[in-house]
Amino acid sequence: MTTIRAGWILTQRELAHWVREPWAPIFGVLFSIMLLLVFGFLFGGAITLPGGGEYIDYLLPGMMALSMMFGVESTATAMANDAKKGITDRFRSMPIGSASVALGRVGADMTNSAFELLVLIVGGLLVGWRITSDPASAALAVLLLLLLRFAVLWIGIFLGLSFRGGGATAAVQVLVWPIGFLSTAIVSAETMPAWLGAIAAWNPLSATATAVRQLFGNPTGVTAGILQDGAVWLALAWPLVLTAVFVPLSARAYRRLRA
Amino acid sequence: MHTLIAEGLRKRYGDLAALDGFDLHVPAGVIHGLLGPNGAGKTTAVKALATLIDLDEGSASVAGFDVRTQAAQVRRRIGLIGQNAAVDEVLGGRQNLVMFGRLYGLGKTQAQERADEMLSIFGLSDAAEKAVSTYSGGMRRRLDIAAGLLLTPAVLFLDEPTTGLDPRARNEVWTTIREIAARGTTVLLTTQYLDEADQLASEISVMNHGKIIAQGTPTELKRHVGGDRVTLTLALRDRLDRVAEKLGPTATVDEDTRTITVELAGESLAGIIRTLDDLGVTPEDLQLRRPTLDEAFLALTSPEAVR
Repeated sequence: MTTIRAGWILTQRELAHWVREPWAPIFGVLFSIMLLLVFGFLFGGAITLPGGGEYIDYLLPGMMALSMMFGVESTATAMANDAKKGITDRFRSMPIGSASVALGRVGADMTNSAFELLVLIVGGLLVGWRITSDPASAALAVLLLLLLRFAVLWIGIFLGLSFRGGGATAAVQVLVWPIGFLSTAIVSAETMPAWLGAIAAWNPLSATATAVRQLFGNPTGVTAGILQDGAVWLALAWPLVLTAVFVPLSARAYRRLRA
Repeated sequence: MHTLIAEGLRKRYGDLAALDGFDLHVPAGVIHGLLGPNGAGKTTAVKALATLIDLDEGSASVAGFDVRTQAAQVRRRIGLIGQNAAVDEVLGGRQNLVMFGRLYGLGKTQAQERADEMLSIFGLSDAAEKAVSTYSGGMRRRLDIAAGLLLTPAVLFLDEPTTGLDPRARNEVWTTIREIAARGTTVLLTTQYLDEADQLASEISVMNHGKIIAQGTPTELKRHVGGDRVTLTLALRDRLDRVAEKLGPTATVDEDTRTITVELAGESLAGIIRTLDDLGVTPEDLQLRRPTLDEAFLALTSPEAVR
């Protein structure tokens, strides 16, 4: 009870940040919109999808999955900053549950990402992206995206607690790009060299992107293989596995602050 | 009745013994200075007493509660002020205090009232709504200390609170610390500066290599260090030894800098000048200064130093 209450107070702290400094979240959203425009209109004309379909319809779900994954960076940075400034130590010296700090992070980052997702959906609809399925499937698609964000949140908490120097966040900032591009988020795996395509197909990001395309009724760029038949199941399984791995690792990293 | 008790604390980091048999007894309501150079283990000691780290050995209690087995009770009775001002820079001063107050378990209205009270005590009412990033170093530190005092703790840990502050901000923080102690809170203050401990603490423990090497009132400790020093710089190197000889047993010569240092214990400043006059020597420079921490350590770690 006190843990949840403290977690909520820490979530409110982040919400207060946005009121104080609205440019940080606005810049995040502008960045997503910029990527959308670059890929949708600059590169989009040169991209043909296996299985056919409009690239903009293919791209939007990919961008959504990508922005969920990129959230790992803001989570890790926020955790590392608090640790560096001694704020984490202050929290640890207070009579609050040991899960409060992580809960506050989860509350704040999930709210932030839900907002980002909303902007991408509205922005997408404005540039011609369409949902052609039923509302229930579309809702499931949104839930799968948030599930991915939830999973990478714990990766971010783990990284932020484990590597507290500024170098760690810099590494995350660089690494999210190859991981993001080596997936079906932007281009179909079937247009890649076979070995690379196989790696991309097994990227958790690809599972979510493809599942979300199927659920929104968008072209998937997939004509065969594991993603064709099992994307939705993979989009459930991958985040759950990542969460199951990184929640205990995060808890361990938090305990190791006592070492 | 001791508010802080540490007995035989040990904590290793790899090959380094950060705490190596650390003992401390601090009575209620005093400012106790924990003095030592960088790496002496001061921060580790504070973190152990504030329930932030696990100990390898030893036992400690704060306000009557065991730091190992009753951490939750200890945390309700302490305030921790670390080396960095651990406040949220984006939020305003008031927002910070309300947030920390609520984390301490105060209700919303209660937390707001307490925040306003603290802001006025610490002279931050005018800046209450401004983002902390616009605060000066001294203001930030005061806000930081205010956050640690929201629940009127039995013990306040201050880990090098004036490191990195300019003299004016340092004086502000000193005044604050004196006021806190006057209200009955026990303060454990770590510092690298002898004069800071001297100014604030009624008792000082000198720490080195993970343990206390000397303890006493500032006056008692200074007796080990000796009195003020006079440093003379002479123009001619070949006269150093002859002049030093006349200045008594405490005079030490440094040939490279052409200086003689004399303790002002038996010798008075007037006496020294008279001696120089008699010898027909006019020094290029004459400086009167307090003992440095280096000299304190040399004195305190020498064999005749009393524990």
